[in-house]
Amino acid sequence: MKQVPSAHFGTTPVVPDRGGRGPWRAAAARRPGALTLAAIGVWAAMGGAVAAAQTPADLQVRSLAATCAACHGTDGNAVASSATPRLAGLDQDTFLREMHEFREGTRPSTVMQQIAKGFNDDQTERLAKYFAGQK
Amino acid sequence: MNRREVVRSLVLGSATAGVPACFGIWTRRSAAKVVVVGGGYGGATAAKYLRLLSNGTLDVVLIEPAPQFISAPLSNLVVGGLLQLTDLTVSYEGLRRRHGVTLIRDHVRSIDAVGRSVSLGAGGSIRYDKLVLSPGIDPMWGAIEGLESAHAQGRILPAWTAGPETTGLHAQLAAMRDGGIFAIAIPETPYRCPPAPYERASLAAAYLLRYKPKSKVLVLDANQDVVAMAGLFKQAWRDLYGDILEYRNHCKAISVDGAAGTVRFEVADDVTADVLNVLPPVRAGTLAQQAGLANVNARWCEVDFLTFESKLAKHIHILGDSIQAAPQSPKSGHMANAHAKVAAAAIVAELQEWPLDPAPMLTNTCYSYVSAEEVIHSAAVYGYHAEERTFKPVAGAGGVSPRRSVSEAQFATAWAHNIWADMLG
Repeated sequence: MKQVPSAHFGTTPVVPDRGGRGPWRAAAARRPGALTLAAIGVWAAMGGAVAAAQTPADLQVRSLAATCAACHGTDGNAVASSATPRLAGLDQDTFLREMHEFREGTRPSTVMQQIAKGFNDDQTERLAKYFAGQK
Repeated sequence: MNRREVVRSLVLGSATAGVPACFGIWTRRSAAKVVVVGGGYGGATAAKYLRLLSNGTLDVVLIEPAPQFISAPLSNLVVGGLLQLTDLTVSYEGLRRRHGVTLIRDHVRSIDAVGRSVSLGAGGSIRYDKLVLSPGIDPMWGAIEGLESAHAQGRILPAWTAGPETTGLHAQLAAMRDGGIFAIAIPETPYRCPPAPYERASLAAAYLLRYKPKSKVLVLDANQDVVAMAGLFKQAWRDLYGDILEYRNHCKAISVDGAAGTVRFEVADDVTADVLNVLPPVRAGTLAQQAGLANVNARWCEVDFLTFESKLAKHIHILGDSIQAAPQSPKSGHMANAHAKVAAAAIVAELQEWPLDPAPMLTNTCYSYVSAEEVIHSAAVYGYHAEERTFKPVAGAGGVSPRRSVSEAQFATAWAHNIWADMLG
């Protein structure tokens, strides 16, 4: 196992500054109280390029898909030789058919018949589309 | 391969995650800063998902004193001699290298919720725009007289957080005479990981059955009955361990004598054992207590479940075992991982001034070994209930294994590898 490097402090960005006008300015980096969250919002609206064109709907489906990740890997990328299958890149129709069969109890499983019943049709369709779009 | 090697090969498998690196394009020196305190299932997941869900635009700092992550889930396999602690140990380095999280190896001394900063053990402080606390649990030593000193002397090792005590408890079991008694005393719910004491009792029995068959396991439960997967555990105990394992309910420990190996109960008769594994009641981690955030029975932190923001302090989000959990939801590593994702998405949305997801979801699966080969599970799905402002189990979903099985052991190890990669890979 690799050791965590020795403690380092400060606000040095861990990703190189590529000069983009990011949407978020930190109150922490400025004079206390100089910038409110409302001001951040205005600045973001002016600045464009919000989190690489992510929309609220994008964020919500990523959050929904993250409920699968503990067993199926982040964004459906299960670890190698995982007994739980990879979902990333799975064809939408296959995902929907299998989830339907889990819900109906016609597809054998240990856990998934119990989990699949927890998601409604709309959620299941959003998940199918999301995982189909993952590499 | 012997049994231990089989389990090792299942659990170890492949260690690398197939998670692509994700670096933000728009990160600037002045990006909003989120400080995450605690690198367990909740905190590590939060650090990674804050970076992922913000497309790398948030400055994320993780403060954790331990050099590496050690998983409490699966640590009963170390107690039972089937795995080594190193098998459950994962580096934090992936968070830095693959996800651009700043790692600080230290503990937090105090929180200034007004000035929005945390002070570090080594000195200095860090300002934050949002703070995520995942402080885990700490024992309530005072609840059982004599336990703190017996623990300090190394006589009684609760081993409820994975680490050297886990190995120490196995060593006690390994050193026990054949014909000895291993006794585990379980506190009243809620505590971390409801099935874990019963899993530990099962694996201790499996070890003794194999190596010291004249010995006995006593399960001394403060609760009325086994609190998780009761039918499955009891069936396994009857089928696999017979007289080796005895279960007693209504055994609430009130004091111990570490030197004599004796535990006394509120009502039940005293028990003297060769190895005494007394689990104290637990409460939210010390940092949450000191910061005055544990407002429920002076034990747990109350949060707004749409964001996991503390009900007491703005801009402080609290995850995992330390919160007053939603009804029928366990304190588990999987739940902490799920909390972290909802909190991370809410923080990203709030900083962007976007509407919050009105219907976040949580999933949970707890696998428990009942022997070296066979596993059972409990699963649930939770949806946010707007009127009651809490998560509730989705009706008709969830459940437990129909029966214990070898095949579920494969899923248990897949769960461990995938969730570790989901947190840290």
